[in-house]
Amino acid sequence: MQARRYDSKTTIFSPEGRLYQVEYAMEAIGHAGTCLGILANDGVILAAERRNTNKLLDDVFLSDKIYKIDEDVACCVAGITSDANVLTNELRAVAQRHTLMFGEPIPCEQLVMRLCDIKQAYTQYGGKRPFGVSILYMGWDTRYGYQLYQSDPSGNYSGWKATCIGNSSAAAVSILKQEYKVGETDLHEALLLALKVMSKTLDMTKLNAEKLELATLVRKDDKTVITVLPVEEVTKLIKEHEVREADAEAAKQEGSSKKSDS
Amino acid sequence: MTLQCLIGAKFNDFVLMATDMSHLQSIMVQKGDDDKMYKMSSNLVMAVSGEPGDTTQFAEYIAKNIQLYKMRNGYELAPSAAVHFTRHTLATHLRSREPYFVNLLMGGYDTNTNTTELHYMDYLAASVPVKYYAFGYGGMFTLSIMDKEYRPDLNQDQAYELLKKCTSEIKRRFLVNLPKFRVRIISKDGIKDLPHIVAEGEPA
Repeated sequence: MQARRYDSKTTIFSPEGRLYQVEYAMEAIGHAGTCLGILANDGVILAAERRNTNKLLDDVFLSDKIYKIDEDVACCVAGITSDANVLTNELRAVAQRHTLMFGEPIPCEQLVMRLCDIKQAYTQYGGKRPFGVSILYMGWDTRYGYQLYQSDPSGNYSGWKATCIGNSSAAAVSILKQEYKVGETDLHEALLLALKVMSKTLDMTKLNAEKLELATLVRKDDKTVITVLPVEEVTKLIKEHEVREADAEAAKQEGSSKKSDS
Repeated sequence: MTLQCLIGAKFNDFVLMATDMSHLQSIMVQKGDDDKMYKMSSNLVMAVSGEPGDTTQFAEYIAKNIQLYKMRNGYELAPSAAVHFTRHTLATHLRSREPYFVNLLMGGYDTNTNTTELHYMDYLAASVPVKYYAFGYGGMFTLSIMDKEYRPDLNQDQAYELLKKCTSEIKRRFLVNLPKFRVRIISKDGIKDLPHIVAEGEPA
């Protein structure tokens, strides 16, 4: 019992100087579906694992983890979906308030910062639990171009070239670290890299278009275009990914057999 | 319509702003070296006329908010966004119990898009992007000259001469004495003072 004294209050430090509720919230995200984001030279992509696929489920929602926030920003969430709905609503309101005030879309980092102020408040003000949500944001603005940000329940945020949140995110990040080529990745390569990472970290033997959500953000004719890829296109990409993997495997085999010949 | 005079004109690579230097109280000139222009950011100037007191209060409120934005975000607000913010603020106050009675011109240089900007805004918060404009009775004498002689490709000296023409017409035709004008130029290099214009010529 004693050990749990500091568990229930978000506002109270434990004697070791920890905030358990915040840590538990982060833990909850570790069990959520994987989300990953990759920055390319000509755009940004987000990929998300879709968990609840049931053929009886009404398919009114084309995507349930990737949300468009503003003209230039979309995000994908990992964690408690109901909490995420509250936060995405807030994000949209923040973005529109900025446009009302300044007559231009909100710069990416400002939007992330505003939301993190709210997230942080819930770790400090009495009796409430923090939001059990981590968010990946992809966006574009006039000052810094394409951007990718991540925020967590504590209210921390950071900018990335490629990152991952949710289930087995540590493994995914380490693969990204090895495979991501800084400054040499275009949008198509980024999509294939996302599939590669997803196929290695998800506990599925074969990638399935039904269980993946892919979204891209690019600039076209001075306008930001955010697209959630339709199932057919995801299937096509998965095929390309599989062919590439098979080729790589064959090349490896050949290489090793040549070695044994000599 | 006020006795004070604000003039602004936008050219291809710079904006010229001129404001009269008389500070008036009823029929008396309180001082002759007044500055009606306020620096909003490194590339944006606001020239304000209207109820004395309101002008200073409003201009400083906007200027400090624009500076706050810069400190929070590490970069300056673009001129068009700053103008939008000003309009929003003025419109909000207009519908409150304490409206500001101010007319203003905002001239700036957008370093991101490399364009010059000049915006008209009256006390009813109507904001219009313009090529040139002049507030006050002075505007009645100068706008016609601008209509005739303004070209966007004038160089700095030609533009300054055009302003001089405007002010000497004010001297010639306007009942009220507005002898000196403060002139500033806003370009990619920021805001610079030009020599004051002392209106020449005899009254008609």
